[in-house]
Amino acid sequence: MLGTAKLMPNVPLTEPAATAVSIRNLSVRFGDRNNEFTALSDVSVDIPEGAFVTMLGPSGCGKSTLLRCVADLVHISDGSISVFGRSPQEARQSRDFAFVFQDATLLPWRNVIDNVRLPLEVGKHAQKHTMPGNYADPHELLAMVGLKGRENSLPHELSGGMRQRVAIARALITRPRILLMDEPFGALDEITRDRLNEELLRVWQETGTTILFVTHSIPEAAFLGQNVLMLQAHPGRVKEFMKVDLPFPRSLAVRDTVEFIGVTAHLRRLLEECL
Amino acid sequence: MSHVVSSTTKTDAAPDRKIALLDATAGVLVKHMPAIAAAVGLVVLWQFVVWFFKIPTFMAPSPVDVAYAFRDNAGILWTNMLPTILEAFLGFVFGNLVAILLAIWFVHSATAEKAFYPIAVFIKAIPIIALAPILVLIFGNGLAPKIIIAGLICFFPTLVNMVQGLKSASPAMLDLMRVLSASNTEILWKVRLPSSMPFLFAALKIAATSSVMGAIVAEWIGSSFGLGALIIEATYNFRSPLLYATVVIAAVLAVVLFFIVSVIEARMIRWKPAGSH
Repeated sequence: MLGTAKLMPNVPLTEPAATAVSIRNLSVRFGDRNNEFTALSDVSVDIPEGAFVTMLGPSGCGKSTLLRCVADLVHISDGSISVFGRSPQEARQSRDFAFVFQDATLLPWRNVIDNVRLPLEVGKHAQKHTMPGNYADPHELLAMVGLKGRENSLPHELSGGMRQRVAIARALITRPRILLMDEPFGALDEITRDRLNEELLRVWQETGTTILFVTHSIPEAAFLGQNVLMLQAHPGRVKEFMKVDLPFPRSLAVRDTVEFIGVTAHLRRLLEECL
Repeated sequence: MSHVVSSTTKTDAAPDRKIALLDATAGVLVKHMPAIAAAVGLVVLWQFVVWFFKIPTFMAPSPVDVAYAFRDNAGILWTNMLPTILEAFLGFVFGNLVAILLAIWFVHSATAEKAFYPIAVFIKAIPIIALAPILVLIFGNGLAPKIIIAGLICFFPTLVNMVQGLKSASPAMLDLMRVLSASNTEILWKVRLPSSMPFLFAALKIAATSSVMGAIVAEWIGSSFGLGALIIEATYNFRSPLLYATVVIAAVLAVVLFFIVSVIEARMIRWKPAGSH
């Protein structure tokens, strides 16, 4: 075990069924009056604390937009989002969540360890709100994502999968209570993606972080999620918030079971109904 | 005991280093052999053409005449080279500094960019040779107008490249900084400036050579010192070997500045853009 206790969010946990993210009647519209586009319409959902929720839906259903609303990257038109009882902006400033993008977005001039440390160097104003010393050890995190010994490598010397591991380590350094992931493994080959899926589940179980994970892969959504939030398009709205009845801890072998195939078949039917 | 050990290692290391240096020099020579051979060949051809067609020296001096001019006019060349170096260097520094600061302002204020970018383009559009007399009238015949011309000639390529470089940070990177609640100053120092460095150095390499050109052009307008003044004087007095020697020095000066910028670039930028292997 790699210092599990240290990686846990050190904010006192309330009762187990507490809500991490509560979304109420959320609508997001882009453009001006003459040329308005509704990305999300009347979305309401509660994400329990400690949950692993995957978000699935046809392209253009607004799953990334929903994630970016929670991250305070997109302006909300109507409704509300509360992240542990606070607005997304307050949650961002107190470093309640971290974001992992599809592209690893490492700073190419910084080596691996300095990239992981980046969140500790910026947002000095925001850091005043957080407790001092509330950070994980970068070396420990790199060991956890399997990059021990690559501290001094530059991003262009790493493979795509390794770069995404660095991005995950960087996200975990502030010990976020929520991890927001926007198709983080979408650009990787299938073997790398499978490995990282398994490792992400391990990280989730070791840290107890709530994870919101956008994907357009049905097996990935079923394998990772305790729950799958299915969205449909035009306008983006909730189709179904369903529980995945597969036991944890899950290994890749679970994907060959009848139960798993049942889940993916159900998800595929739902997805087809969305079109 | 330790003294003995350290002294023996020193004496061992010295020849090693010398050999390594010799190896490196030989390596560079071998690498650039085609270029060196071509240059020497052209000079020999030039000498041969001048000699064979009996071209008068005032019209086109032979390489040997130019070499003599270097020897006979070493003092004049040296005293006129120093002010040109100074003008080119100061013009390079100020022109690029203003361009960089302006680019940073443009990136943070769309209004500033809209207001001043067209003016920058207009200034660029004025032929530098036409601007020189105006500046001489305003600033007199000293170093100032030359530095300004050298600076102006560096300014525009750096401004354009720097604005592009500062805007080259990917949207995802800016999103990342926003999620981290980074301030504009932090984004500038941690993301925008580092990602603009390859763009900046591309411009600085252009500026390095053109700053020498700017200084020389400025010296053509009624100046009593500098390589530019020497070019005018040598031309009017039909001292062609001296003219050629001056031109060679001006070219060497530009190449040296270019080389210095390239060396700094190689030391500063060791990374490659994300996603490339």
